[in-house]
Amino acid sequence: MTALRAALIGAPNSGKSSLFNTLTGSHQKVANYPGVTVERRSGIVTTEAGHDVMLIDLPGIYSLNDRSLDEKVSREIITGSHESEAQPEVLICVVNASNIRVHLRLVLELKTLGLPIIVALNMHDLATRDGIEIDTARLSQELDLPVITTIAVRKSGISRLKEFLDRDASAYSKSTSHLSDTSTRALQKEAGRITKLVQIAEGGQHKMTRMLDKIVLHPVLGPILFFAMLFFMFQAVFSWAEGPMDMVESAFAALGELVATYIPEGIFRSFIQDGLIAGVGSVLVFLPQIIILFFFILILEASGYMARAAFLMDKLMAKVGLNGRAFIPLLSSFACAIPGIMATRTIANHRDRITTIMIAPLMTCSARLPVYTLLISAFIPNITVMGFFGLQGVVFFSLYMAGIVSAIIVAAVMKATITKGTLQPFLMELPKYQLPRMSHILLGLWQRVRAFLRRAGTIILYAAIALWALTLYPNAPKDAPEADIYYSFAGMIGRALQHIFAPLGFNWEISIALVPGMAAREVAISALGTVYSLQGNEDQVATSLATVLQSAWPLSTALAFLAWFVYAPQCLATLATTRRETNSWGWTAFMTGYLFGLAYLIAFIVNVTSKALMA
Amino acid sequence: MTKYLSDLKIGETSTVLGFDTSRVDDQEFATDLEDRLLEIGFEEGLDVEILHQGPIGGDPIAVKIGTMTVALRKMEAAAIILGDGQ
Repeated sequence: MTALRAALIGAPNSGKSSLFNTLTGSHQKVANYPGVTVERRSGIVTTEAGHDVMLIDLPGIYSLNDRSLDEKVSREIITGSHESEAQPEVLICVVNASNIRVHLRLVLELKTLGLPIIVALNMHDLATRDGIEIDTARLSQELDLPVITTIAVRKSGISRLKEFLDRDASAYSKSTSHLSDTSTRALQKEAGRITKLVQIAEGGQHKMTRMLDKIVLHPVLGPILFFAMLFFMFQAVFSWAEGPMDMVESAFAALGELVATYIPEGIFRSFIQDGLIAGVGSVLVFLPQIIILFFFILILEASGYMARAAFLMDKLMAKVGLNGRAFIPLLSSFACAIPGIMATRTIANHRDRITTIMIAPLMTCSARLPVYTLLISAFIPNITVMGFFGLQGVVFFSLYMAGIVSAIIVAAVMKATITKGTLQPFLMELPKYQLPRMSHILLGLWQRVRAFLRRAGTIILYAAIALWALTLYPNAPKDAPEADIYYSFAGMIGRALQHIFAPLGFNWEISIALVPGMAAREVAISALGTVYSLQGNEDQVATSLATVLQSAWPLSTALAFLAWFVYAPQCLATLATTRRETNSWGWTAFMTGYLFGLAYLIAFIVNVTSKALMA
Repeated sequence: MTKYLSDLKIGETSTVLGFDTSRVDDQEFATDLEDRLLEIGFEEGLDVEILHQGPIGGDPIAVKIGTMTVALRKMEAAAIILGDGQ
């Protein structure tokens, strides 16, 4: 028998993704639907009998009225009108036991499609403690559909669900709707009727959620907690990663030495040592920071806090014409603008979405961490200010704030001019808090790490090799007064760009590093490494880049370089994603143009003022 | 005098009586609002309670409806008509 095609469908906060993770474990693939960047999550479920089932996790929907791209993809797939994804043979509709009234309406609406449906009644781990009790036999009878209770922490429901999936597509009976009126109101009425019949005990509100929300959503304590948490997060990224980063660094250094022992001196060794190992190593060293940041973001998402953050931030976002929901994509952009831009698809309004996409790159992404880390550790003294804050951490925090404040200003200007339009509803469910499941967090973390490593293995690797070649050829003339790189292709480009960047205090070495840095921001660091380590003698190569920069750059240049990185759109992948998401070269050009313009302007101001202050 | 969800103070409870999206100034915004409110779980006859207010200007608000908590702006809450129900 061919693999059964099943799809998970459900309202937001029904526990659908958690069930998907439990069912498929690590056998899942995250990709995109062609044309649109709605995430396509699919996986293989192996039944007890050893059969494979193809399971796709569809974006959450409240109804078949699609307002956002996400919902459109879900609707097209389940109605069989999607151009590339085949219609699933079975729908598993997830219903959260604590909110069956709302979730049953979706089940009733799905029944009108006539596909076989299995209802997975998802009991929150604490549902029974909250006093929720549901007559599942009656529910199954009323819906005329099989109902299986699943409890994420217990295996029993999961294996029953797998048992149900262990049959041929033709063995399922199609669902039929007996309702003549399928308007939202009529479906709701029917859902309400069934709810009354099957709900033995409605249960109180989740006590823990109520208690936590008293603090988390408190008008004074809430925002304080929110900003304290952000601050702690970024301090942690900076300090916890220190040890592991040293380890990665020494591992690559050892690898370089090993190569030197076994490969004879010459072009090949130079390629392996200076091109490959140095290039990739200088980027991989930031893996610990990326892991820590994503770890925090995933926990905030899984615990239910993200929606509260949107609640707290909504008024602020509304002031610039955006929606609290735009806050979540923007917060994700702190890890990487690409998933952030992709996450904007949950914003139904096109103009709001465009504005959010345009400001997403201003959120300091993890690729900027290497640049910030290097320059801060080289130029900002490691002293304590105001009692217990490290000055380095404070500068780090300020760079993040600079991005956020700029984003607010840009959004306000855009919403008042080019993306002016009607307001959008905020309307959002605040899910119950739950303890994140470590296995799911680790799974999410692994997916991100893999994406980063793939980037390190492709774009960054190619850029490192290309730069290595550019810095080596053509060879310098005999008895040249300058270092070899000065005469190379990279040197020529850098010297040409130098005239443009001179007002910012950038020297030709920086100008060179910015060229391959277009591929991805962190490449600028490995480029600087190449530029500086290739010139001068062995001793200079041996000293770390930070020490080299300390003597090579004035403080004003370092600060201007940091300011440049707050704004400059130095990431082809982000621009490519923007092109795909906005489906417009115009918006992509706008983003590129305004970011470069801002970067140049702000870096210029920083350079001039810091020079004046130090004079 | 008709009472709306946007008039309710923190800690107060009431019952949803109906919807009046014509109260929203922006008509483009109002067209789909009733369906959205229904879909997320606002329904005639259900009890509502204001649980929290946003830190700035008491907006948005977090409302207990049925067993869940929904966040919405006052401007959206203004379209929900309340009554004593009993």
